[in-house]
Amino acid sequence: MTQLWQSKNFIGLLFMLPAAAFLLLFLVYPLGLGIWLSFTDTKIGTPGKFVGLENYAWIIGDSKFQSAVFFTLFYTFVASVIKFALGLYLAILLNEKLPFKAIIRALVLIPFIVPTVLSAIAFWWIYDPQFSVISWSLKKAGLITENINFLGDAWNSRFAVIFANVWRGVPFIAISLLAGLQTVPPSLYEAAVLDGATRWQMFVKITYPLLTPIIAVVMTFSVLFTFTDFQLIKVLTNGGPAGATELMATMSYNTAILGGRIGEGAAISTAMVPFLLAAIMVSWFGLQRRKWQAGSENNE
Amino acid sequence: MSESHFTRRNVLKTGATLAGASVANMGLWAQAWAQASPFKPEKGAKLTLLRWKRFVQAEEDAFMALVANFTKATGVEVKVINESLDDVQPKASVAANTNQGPDMFWGLYSLPHLFPTKCVEVTDVASYLGKKYGGWVPTAETYGKGPAGKWIAIPVAYNGNVINFRQSMIEKAGFKEVPKDTAGFLELMKALKEKSIPGGFALGRASGDGNAWVHWALWSQGANLVDAKDQVIINSPETVKALEYIKALSDTFVPGTASWNDSFNNKAFLESQISLTNNGVSIYAAAKAGAAKGDAKAKDVMDDMNHSLWPVGPVGKPTEFHICYPLMAMKYSKNPTACKAFMAFMLEAENYNKWLEDAVAYLTHPLNAYDANPVWKTDPKLSMLRDAGRRTLTAGGLGSVGEKAASALADFVMLDMVASVCTGRASIKDAIAVAERQAKRIYR
Repeated sequence: MTQLWQSKNFIGLLFMLPAAAFLLLFLVYPLGLGIWLSFTDTKIGTPGKFVGLENYAWIIGDSKFQSAVFFTLFYTFVASVIKFALGLYLAILLNEKLPFKAIIRALVLIPFIVPTVLSAIAFWWIYDPQFSVISWSLKKAGLITENINFLGDAWNSRFAVIFANVWRGVPFIAISLLAGLQTVPPSLYEAAVLDGATRWQMFVKITYPLLTPIIAVVMTFSVLFTFTDFQLIKVLTNGGPAGATELMATMSYNTAILGGRIGEGAAISTAMVPFLLAAIMVSWFGLQRRKWQAGSENNE
Repeated sequence: MSESHFTRRNVLKTGATLAGASVANMGLWAQAWAQASPFKPEKGAKLTLLRWKRFVQAEEDAFMALVANFTKATGVEVKVINESLDDVQPKASVAANTNQGPDMFWGLYSLPHLFPTKCVEVTDVASYLGKKYGGWVPTAETYGKGPAGKWIAIPVAYNGNVINFRQSMIEKAGFKEVPKDTAGFLELMKALKEKSIPGGFALGRASGDGNAWVHWALWSQGANLVDAKDQVIINSPETVKALEYIKALSDTFVPGTASWNDSFNNKAFLESQISLTNNGVSIYAAAKAGAAKGDAKAKDVMDDMNHSLWPVGPVGKPTEFHICYPLMAMKYSKNPTACKAFMAFMLEAENYNKWLEDAVAYLTHPLNAYDANPVWKTDPKLSMLRDAGRRTLTAGGLGSVGEKAASALADFVMLDMVASVCTGRASIKDAIAVAERQAKRIYR
């Protein structure tokens, strides 16, 4: 027994147990249950029976599901690319010597701090077909004669919700990348200046490569958050018009909780897992590059 | 009585005395009711009730007074949780699945039919109330009874969804009233767009207003999702005809209705941006409340607006779709008899009449005796709501009102089909095909 307490492996295992129990209870069990339910015809209030891949066969042939997959990927890709570009630009700006730097950095975080539902309600008014402040301003300026149909047209509504998501997500990326920028040693820039490098060359050869590890992590999180977005769509469009802005997450909720078809809803949410795994793999390979960049001998 | 007696102080004093006497009488009646009631709550019972969040403040005030009286009379504390209309169903569903949560849920449409086996049978309460108050309207029986013909919920009220219109605006379009047939109604909508201010109905995923008008329009032309045996019949010439009619109707709408949820039309109507829409009487109630506070614009809306029943289509009978609010008790509750006592207490005339009056016609009764409630006589703009429970068809249309109908409503099968056609996202044929595939899945 004494030997056991002196074993580093045993102590290590012991310290790991609370975290493992937490993960098993709140991550592995719900995920496993969700996957199991996706193979059953469970409905609310009635235990289901095993139906194999029947739910998957159904959703794959469902045009509404296909539309939801398309828009989830489109939403995630477009919003993430824009968020990255704007976030990086903002981070570089905030890294410069600015008056009231601390206050400006704090202000930039506001869209991220505001509860999603509140910002969704604000956008709801901004995009209102009758009372939109944008339409009102453009009409007053004589640029348009009729209100813009922000949420009533399929493509308008898609870009409108993407804009709202970008507005919310940029601060997270900007502040995270700013933290990364501050770890870049100033001596590298000084050396580059002495070598006659332009600002663009400094960005491409110093800033970007050294930021890559944090970009990988931040963008992975950003992609995961965007892919699993729910509140913004639920409040702004509820998936409408006619399913044009339906995401896999909202469709899963509507099917399982509102429609009562838990098995089918679970299949929709399980279908999100491969895409999420792909995003994690990107992060994994991004992190691998870090060791190589740092010149570590361990290049696995 | 001399004039000098009519001082403000005296009137207030007399009012307070009368109110005090009324409250005292109510308390005595409630106590007597509790003693005579066939539903004796369990000893030490406490209840939690989750209800839809009120749309009319006076209704909630009357309801909470009723709850307080119940507690005084029976000793049963009732905690009331308010949730927005769309959130009641998910919470009830989770509670039903996990066998824990509030003792009672007060939701909409066929909520109890999503999990009939989880609901306490309340046939005794329904029989007691039915016998005492002139019987239930037929749709109340449909919503209240579960698969085996036993009551699984008490339909407490309907929320009548009618046409709200501005008299001056339809007159400007050359009409004196809303036509009573669907062909005439289309002409009115066209004229409103051309000569006056257009109207509009929600084409977004609006579970209340959207489902109400879309089902009316489809049913009025003979289009149905399923037949009486729950066989899917949406792919029919009637549906094609109905969608053609609806598309023509939607072409007259104010722009943006494809994004409307249940509240967009209220805002637009109150701001005179639209001339006609469908809603409960909450727009009128809001205009009245604004007018009472001295808002001249609200007073104009209140004076000028009116309500109309839905036009009848080629099927030749009303095809309205009003929301039903059933109250159900959950089997996992440790106090099922206390739940039954509360249900019975709520629908007793001494409570229900006051509550119905304070809901100012936003709600309609399911028991025939309440036709005599004064609310149906005081304001001619509201009196047509009295028959909402009799005129409405039920969720599922020709088919059963069970979990399949609830699922089809939750999935917006009909609403999305209509919205796809009206927004040009799909042809009529394709939209019907998508709806048919979904319906066959739900009704398999």
